[in-house]
Amino acid sequence: MRKLLSCVALAGLMALGTPAMAETPKDTLVIAKNIDDIITLDPAEVFELSGGEMIANIYDRIMTYEPEDTQTLVGGVAESYTVSDDGRTITLKIRPGQKFHSGNPVTAEDVAFSLHRVIKLDKTPAFILSQLGWTADNVESLVKAKDELTAEITITEDYAPTFVLNCLSAGVASVVDKKVVLEHEKNGDLGYEWMKSNSAGSGAFSLKSWKANESVVFEAFADYRHGAPAMKRVIVRHIGEPAAQRLLIEKGDADLVRNLSADQIQGLAGNDKIIVEAYPKADIHYLGMNQKDERLANPKVREAMRWLVDYQGMADSFLRGQFKVHQAFWPSGFFAAYTETPFKLDVEKAKALLAEAGYPDGFEIELDAANTWPWSEVAQSLQATMGQAGVKVSIVPAEQKQVITKYRARNHQVVLLYWSPDYMDPHSNADTFARNPDNSDEAKSKPLAWRNAWDIPDLTKQADAAVRERDAEKRKQMYLDMQAKIQQDSPFIILFQNTEQVARQANVKGFVSGPTFDTVYYRLVTK
Amino acid sequence: MAQQQSAPAAARFLLPSGHAVGAFRLIVSIALTFLGLIAVTFVIGRVVPIDPVLARVGDRALPEVYERVRLEMGLDRPLYEQFWLYLQKILQGDLGTSVITSRPVFEDILHFFPATIELATFATLVGVLIGIPVGVAAAVYQGRLLDHVIRVLALVGYSVPVFWLGLMGLLLFYRHLDWVAGPGRLDIFYDGLVDPVTGLMLIDTALAEEWDIFWNAVSHLVLPTAILGYFSLAYICRMTRSFMIEQLRQEYVTTARVKGLSEFRVVWGHAFGNVMVPLVTVVALSYASLLEGAVLTETVFAWPGLGLYITQSLFNADIDAVLGGTIVVGTAFIGLNLLSDILYRVLDPRTR
Repeated sequence: MRKLLSCVALAGLMALGTPAMAETPKDTLVIAKNIDDIITLDPAEVFELSGGEMIANIYDRIMTYEPEDTQTLVGGVAESYTVSDDGRTITLKIRPGQKFHSGNPVTAEDVAFSLHRVIKLDKTPAFILSQLGWTADNVESLVKAKDELTAEITITEDYAPTFVLNCLSAGVASVVDKKVVLEHEKNGDLGYEWMKSNSAGSGAFSLKSWKANESVVFEAFADYRHGAPAMKRVIVRHIGEPAAQRLLIEKGDADLVRNLSADQIQGLAGNDKIIVEAYPKADIHYLGMNQKDERLANPKVREAMRWLVDYQGMADSFLRGQFKVHQAFWPSGFFAAYTETPFKLDVEKAKALLAEAGYPDGFEIELDAANTWPWSEVAQSLQATMGQAGVKVSIVPAEQKQVITKYRARNHQVVLLYWSPDYMDPHSNADTFARNPDNSDEAKSKPLAWRNAWDIPDLTKQADAAVRERDAEKRKQMYLDMQAKIQQDSPFIILFQNTEQVARQANVKGFVSGPTFDTVYYRLVTK
Repeated sequence: MAQQQSAPAAARFLLPSGHAVGAFRLIVSIALTFLGLIAVTFVIGRVVPIDPVLARVGDRALPEVYERVRLEMGLDRPLYEQFWLYLQKILQGDLGTSVITSRPVFEDILHFFPATIELATFATLVGVLIGIPVGVAAAVYQGRLLDHVIRVLALVGYSVPVFWLGLMGLLLFYRHLDWVAGPGRLDIFYDGLVDPVTGLMLIDTALAEEWDIFWNAVSHLVLPTAILGYFSLAYICRMTRSFMIEQLRQEYVTTARVKGLSEFRVVWGHAFGNVMVPLVTVVALSYASLLEGAVLTETVFAWPGLGLYITQSLFNADIDAVLGGTIVVGTAFIGLNLLSDILYRVLDPRTR
C-alpha cells in the first residue's frame, strides 16, 4: 500500500514538473471550436458550417465580402465587372499580379476552371451555380477565359445581376489553382480526392493540415493580395465540449473560443482578461407546421400558434445574447430585410382563435426538436406557453439529422429547426420558404414549403418574378411583400435570428465573424 | 455485447493441448460470432431513423445529386443484397470510407484506436494496481471503518457521472492547480512533430527521443487516466472485496489460520490465490469495456479515440465507419476473452 501511494505521489510530481503552457505564441492564433462537422475542405463540395469557415480563409472568391466590411459585396479575385445590356453576360476583369500559394499567377483560366470544376463534380453546393443554367455539357461554352485577365460568364435565364454576383461570392466560387489541382488528378476526378484534405488557393492562409476531430492548421500566405496576415499560424482545435472550451480560454491555452452557451458566457463576466464579442448572424430559427395535419391547416389555428410563443421571454432569459426576436424569413441587416415583429405571447387571443377554429379545449401535438442546446430549452418553453391555451405539446427529442430525415419525409406535425442562407441574396431563403413548384409526395425538390406540404402557386410565381427583377428597388419591395405575407399566414412561425458570441483574450483583436457561416476571417487578427 | 458469451465458450476448445478439432471449432465459432456481430450492427445501422444519404450530401443537395449518391451507396438494393456486398468487401479487407473523415475506415481505426488503447491500458493498470489491494483490504477489515470508507469511495466512483468528474478534474487540476495539461493528447504546438509509428503517444515520443513531448503527453494522459482508472478501480475493488469475503469464510482459511500461518500468508497466499481466477475475467471485461471507448471521457478531454469516432459515425448514419469500429471492438473482446481463458489455465491447476 505504501509503495503504491508513493507511486501515485511520484506520478503527481511528474505532472507537476511539466506545467501546461500558459500562453500561446505571439504569432500564432489558437481557436477552440467544435469542428466535428467538417467532412471535406474542397470548395466544390464544402457545405458544412466549419468547413465553410476554413475555405473562406484559404481561398479567394470571384466576388467577396471582406472582413473590413462584411455587408458590402466587392470584387475578390475579380477587380471589376461589367454586365451586358440584356443582363445575361458578365465580363470579369481579374486583378493583375495575384498569386496562388504555389506561386502560380491567378488567371482568368483558373477562374473558368474553378467554375467548370464545381459543375462537373456536381456535389451538394453545386446548385448555387447550376441554377444559373449551367450544366456539365454547356458550362465550358458559357464560362470561359477571353484572355489572361478577362473571363466571361453567360447565364441562360433573365436573373437579376445582383443575384448572379451574390452567387459568385459563395464558397463554390472559390478560385482554385488549375495547374496544382490537375497535377493531383486521378482517373479524371479533377483532383477531387486530393482536394478533400489539401489546398490550392490564393487566400490569406494555406492549409497545413486537417485531422478530422482534432485540428485544422493554417500557415500565413506572404504574397496575399492584401499583404501577409499578422498571424504566421492559425490553429483551429477541435474541442467538442463547451465547458472544456471555457477552461481553455480561462487558462490562456486558447485565444478564441467559439461554442460557449449563454450561461457560460455569463460565467465569464467579471474576468477582465477575457472579452466577449457578439457577431450578428443570418440563421433563422423557426417552427414548421405540417399542412397535412388538418388542425394545422386551419388558418385560425396557425394564427393562434403564433400568439403562443414567448419570443421576448426566451430572448431575454436562457437565450440572452445569442438570439434576438426576428419574425421574417430573411435576416435583418441585409438587402430587403423585413424587421417587423408583430407577434408576442398573448394566450387570451390564442384561446379565442382556437375556439373560433373549433378547438376550444386545444389539442395534442408532437414537436420534433434536436436534443441539444438551445433546441431542447426552446421546445420546453413552447410546451409551457402552448399548454396555457390547451395545446398539449409532447416533445420528440432526437439527433438533428434524425429530425431532418423525418421532416424531409413530411412525417412531422410541428418541427423546430433553423435555416441559414446559402448566399447573401434574399432569393436564397425565398427559394425555400416561398417556393413550392410541386407539392406532390413524389416531388423531387424538397424546399421548406414542400416539407410542410404548403401548396402556394401564387407565391411561387411571385418568388420567380422577384429573382428576375432587374430594378433593385422594385425587387426589394417584392421580397418585403413576400415576407409580410409569410409572417401573417404560413406554416412557418419564425422565432429568432442568432448572434455568435465569441470569447477572446483581451490582447487578441481583429477576428471577424460575418453574417454567414462562410464569412469568418482570421486575416486581420493581431495579438 | 453479444459475443461475450460465445467467445469464452469458443475458447474452451482451445485448451486440450491444441486438438485440430478444437481449433477448427474455435475458428468456426469465432467466425459465426463475427458474422452475428456484423449482421446485428448492419441491421441497426439500417433501422436508425437517419437517412444515410443525408449524412453524405447534406440537406440542401439537389434531387439529382441525392439520387446519384443513393445509387452509389447501393441503397436501392434489397437489404440482404447490401449485406452480402458489404461482407464481400470486408473479406477483401475493404472496410469502406468514412463520411465524417473522408478517409478509409481502416486508416481511421489505425489512427483513433491507439488513442483509446493508451487510455484504456493505463486506466486498467490504475484499476488493477489500486483496486485489488484496496478490495482485499476492505474484505479483511470487513465491517470496520476502513471497509466503510473504501466502500463509499468505490460507490462514488461507480455512481458519479464520468462527464461531471472529468470537468471537475479539469477545473481543479488543470485550470486552478496547473498540475496537468488540458484537453487533447498533446499541447497543440507539439502536434505533428512526432511521426506516428505505433500511434501510442508515449511510445512514439520515446522512440523519437523527444522527451519534452513525452512528458507533455504524460501530463495530458494523467487526468483522463486517473478518472477512467477510478471507475475501473471502483468496479475491480468491489468485485475483489466480494470474492475475498467469500473465500475468507471458507474452511481452508480457518485451517490455515489454525496451522499458525501469518495473516499475510493466509490472505495473499491462500485466499487471494483462489480469487485470482474470477478476477482475471473481471479485469478483462473491464479492460474490454474501456477499449470499446469511453465516449464521455473522450468528449470532455477532446481525446480522439474510437468511442467518439463510433458514436459520431452512428449519429451520422455512417454505417461503414460504425461497422468497422464494431469489428475492431469485437475483435478486442474476443481476444481478451481468449486471453482470460488461457490465464484461467495457468492460474487454476484444476483446469489443466
